[in-house]
Amino acid sequence: MGEVAVKEFWRWKEYNWHDENKDWKGAATITAGVDVGSVSSQAVIMVDGELYAYSNMRTGSDSPDSARKAMNWALENTGMTLDDIHYVVGTGYGRVNVPFANRAITEIACHARGGNYMYGPTVRTILDMGGQDCKAIRCDERGKVTNFLMNDKCAAGTGRGMEVFADLLSVSIEDVGDMSLDVEEEPEPVSSTCVVFAKSEATSLLREGWSKKKVLAAYCSAMAHRVVSLLDRIDVEKDFAITGGIAKNSGVIKRLEDELKIKSLTSKYDTQIAGALGGALFAKSLVEKERKKGA
Amino acid sequence: MKANYGYLDGSGEYFITIDTDLCIECDHHGCVDACPEKLFEIMIDDYDDEVSSIKEDHRKKIKYDCASCKPAGERPPLPCVEACTPGAITHSW
Repeated sequence: MGEVAVKEFWRWKEYNWHDENKDWKGAATITAGVDVGSVSSQAVIMVDGELYAYSNMRTGSDSPDSARKAMNWALENTGMTLDDIHYVVGTGYGRVNVPFANRAITEIACHARGGNYMYGPTVRTILDMGGQDCKAIRCDERGKVTNFLMNDKCAAGTGRGMEVFADLLSVSIEDVGDMSLDVEEEPEPVSSTCVVFAKSEATSLLREGWSKKKVLAAYCSAMAHRVVSLLDRIDVEKDFAITGGIAKNSGVIKRLEDELKIKSLTSKYDTQIAGALGGALFAKSLVEKERKKGA
Repeated sequence: MKANYGYLDGSGEYFITIDTDLCIECDHHGCVDACPEKLFEIMIDDYDDEVSSIKEDHRKKIKYDCASCKPAGERPPLPCVEACTPGAITHSW
């Protein structure tokens, strides 16, 4: 019996990185943040408050196992072990299931703190476009949350929704954004209330003869529109930044910026690590606080 | 940060909001003892500050738990709001 190889168009690139030029052995403080999200998990290691290593991978069915794998992958080829890390903060949906974490902190606080590090102290509104929810976060100049709103009722407007569309249209998820911008005229958005309805609407549009690019444009537009309604409720204040996987989708970001009439900040850091980065920064503050108490 | 504890259903929005930036300035957290239903407790928030919060097992039923302090007729001041000297506590209903 022959087997048909199925290409997984939704699958995004998993990777790890570490700074080969940095020597961590003489460091005073080594901290880590582990963000176990609904779709992806990240581990970030900071050495004396500077980014040293990170990993970004898909979350499995077992949160503790995902946390361990993400951390081990971030540690790979660094010569560092978990025992060398002074404090670990767990965050994300699976934050209470990070077996080696010293403390769990909400992903809302961590994204604000991480966003502050990545984009600078001028950022006041952070939109975290995650795997299965979206959070609009307002913060102060220290990255402390002042208000937030989240949608968690449906995958429409989230990374998982985009994965479903990439698979439906057989387009690599990394190409979705650019392809969606390659249309002569902007189509009407598809349904933005439910990813299942949006999928069936997209199937009908394809049958009517719409091109893949046009359908992707309609979905990216729907996603942007849905997020704008969330942001309107929290009142966007400049500077504005976007974190999470969807921040890498140019089709959604361009439409979002056009609708908001605000340009989002860009960063040299990977937008998916914001939560884990915030966790590592919290860990640094906490370990320093503990040392002060002990002194 | 404004922390909202509660829920919304078909009949309305039922939230007790605690402004944690005001709450951390309070040194006695009078709300904890003032509430006849003992809904409040002290927790350490994400920023390592001591703040009041609503106990987890009451968050989905505050409409009923708070009913005794909210008679249908003339409503007296709410004990939790009155005891909160920094003015951090508000009710949405």
